[in-house]
Amino acid sequence: MLYAVLCYHNEAVTEAWTQAEDDTVIGRLTAVLEPVAKQGKVGPVARLMPTTAATIVRQSGGEPLVLDGPFAETKEQLLGFYTFECESLEEVLDIVRDLSKANPGATYEVRPIRRFKPGTAGQ
Amino acid sequence: MTDIAWIDTAFASARPQALGALLRYFRDLDTAEEAFQEACLRALKTWPQKGPPRDPAAWLIFVGRNAALDGVRRGRKQEPLPPDEMLSDLEDAEADMAERLDGAEYRDDILRLLFICCHPDLPATQQIALALRIVSGLSVRQIARAFLVGESAMEQRITRAKAKVANAGVPFEAPGAPERAQRLSIVAAMIYLVFNEGYSAANSEEAPLRAPLCDEAIRLARLLLRLFPAEPEIMGLTALMLLQHSRTAARFDARGSIVLLEDQDRSRWNQGMIAEGLALIDKAIRHRSPGPYQVQAAIAALHARAAEAKDTDWAQIDLLYATLERLQPSPVVTLNRAVAVAKLLGPQAALELIEPLAPRLSGYFYFFGVRGALLQQLGRSAEAREAFNQAIALANTAAEAAHIRMHLDRLQQDGAASA
Repeated sequence: MLYAVLCYHNEAVTEAWTQAEDDTVIGRLTAVLEPVAKQGKVGPVARLMPTTAATIVRQSGGEPLVLDGPFAETKEQLLGFYTFECESLEEVLDIVRDLSKANPGATYEVRPIRRFKPGTAGQ
Repeated sequence: MTDIAWIDTAFASARPQALGALLRYFRDLDTAEEAFQEACLRALKTWPQKGPPRDPAAWLIFVGRNAALDGVRRGRKQEPLPPDEMLSDLEDAEADMAERLDGAEYRDDILRLLFICCHPDLPATQQIALALRIVSGLSVRQIARAFLVGESAMEQRITRAKAKVANAGVPFEAPGAPERAQRLSIVAAMIYLVFNEGYSAANSEEAPLRAPLCDEAIRLARLLLRLFPAEPEIMGLTALMLLQHSRTAARFDARGSIVLLEDQDRSRWNQGMIAEGLALIDKAIRHRSPGPYQVQAAIAALHARAAEAKDTDWAQIDLLYATLERLQPSPVVTLNRAVAVAKLLGPQAALELIEPLAPRLSGYFYFFGVRGALLQQLGRSAEAREAFNQAIALANTAAEAAHIRMHLDRLQQDGAASA
């Protein structure tokens, strides 16, 4: 089963990190991923720009509206995602527990993927 | 990150919202700051045991408000205080606070907090220091370090600025749309001042001391942009600072001297900042409402997009400077435009563009630097030397003077070679 693991965090907090703190967190997350990647279980990974760079498109009768994001005033924002190929939810949760320990304050959402297309970008 | 580091970050990120709300309750900056301070002290005791709250800002506002009200009661009636444990079960109160904080009110709270730092009677340096102290919560020591002054001098500067703000009275009424727009543009200018204070490092030794000001300015701009997500000028300001800051690592050479944009090692530019800056400009342009920050950001973007200096789109830069001259007429803008004109049409055309500026820029280092460089390109060595000497006399820093001296040396060598 292919899982998407979505990482949410309060952007105001992650933006208050110094570069050194950011590097530390990323370093710890990378350390969690490395052994999993060696087993061939890590798919595409993305870290998103802040929601201030986001744009919203919504259709509400007539032409779709293009608006400046983020979509809603929520406390936590989607910061990025991982994809993992795992045998079971338990297996993916083991990885996500480690990610969580490496990134205190973040919330991870595990979502099984219904359809996956690797795409053609960057080929 | 340790618990304490995590809590510190939570304080820093919650501070503008929490302090802004406390200022609205108490209508007095000192009381609001003391209340926030007290809430932070209680958080340091409570959070490590009970774990961080779901919404640190709401927690700090709630506890800070109660603590300050307790203080008022204590002062008035000497009533016994409820024990601290009574305060610690905040689940319901927190949820309630969080609901209310989702409203638009805190947007004006934060804007107000930034706005009071921009009091027109305060000189720019005091506005910056005050904003860093009040809004960002940097310590006096950190601010003094970034300004390259002593701690006690900075303490005095901040105290004086605070007194002035307190006497002036704080505008507490919720602003109407025109006032809000005006406040936003004043606050944007102040944030750019914070950035420039950090960016104006004279050499590679000062740069790391001052860099936190650039980071802080970008953080404040992003904060403002989250509050006002559809303001193209705030997008432009954020983009401008990201694009300028992206060059930080390439701005000085190993000996600490200034490296001009065209000579910089572009592989040392921060690609993440550039990408975010470009994304923000793309968003801003869709509004078709150009402003000075957007145009300056667009100019910075053209430099960022050029893989090498020779790939720079000078024609487009010239057009953008012409737009900027219309939006924000200033001899300094024209002087900057002359650099693009020199690349496009040659030094003679650029010199003709800047000659009329002489009376207004006679005390401006860059004017003589540019003039000297143009004369040098035209082979008018004696006049170039004179302009460079004037530039050195007006240089603000040793690094600026050293940079011009390098041009003079080159003139000398050229002279010797052709003799």
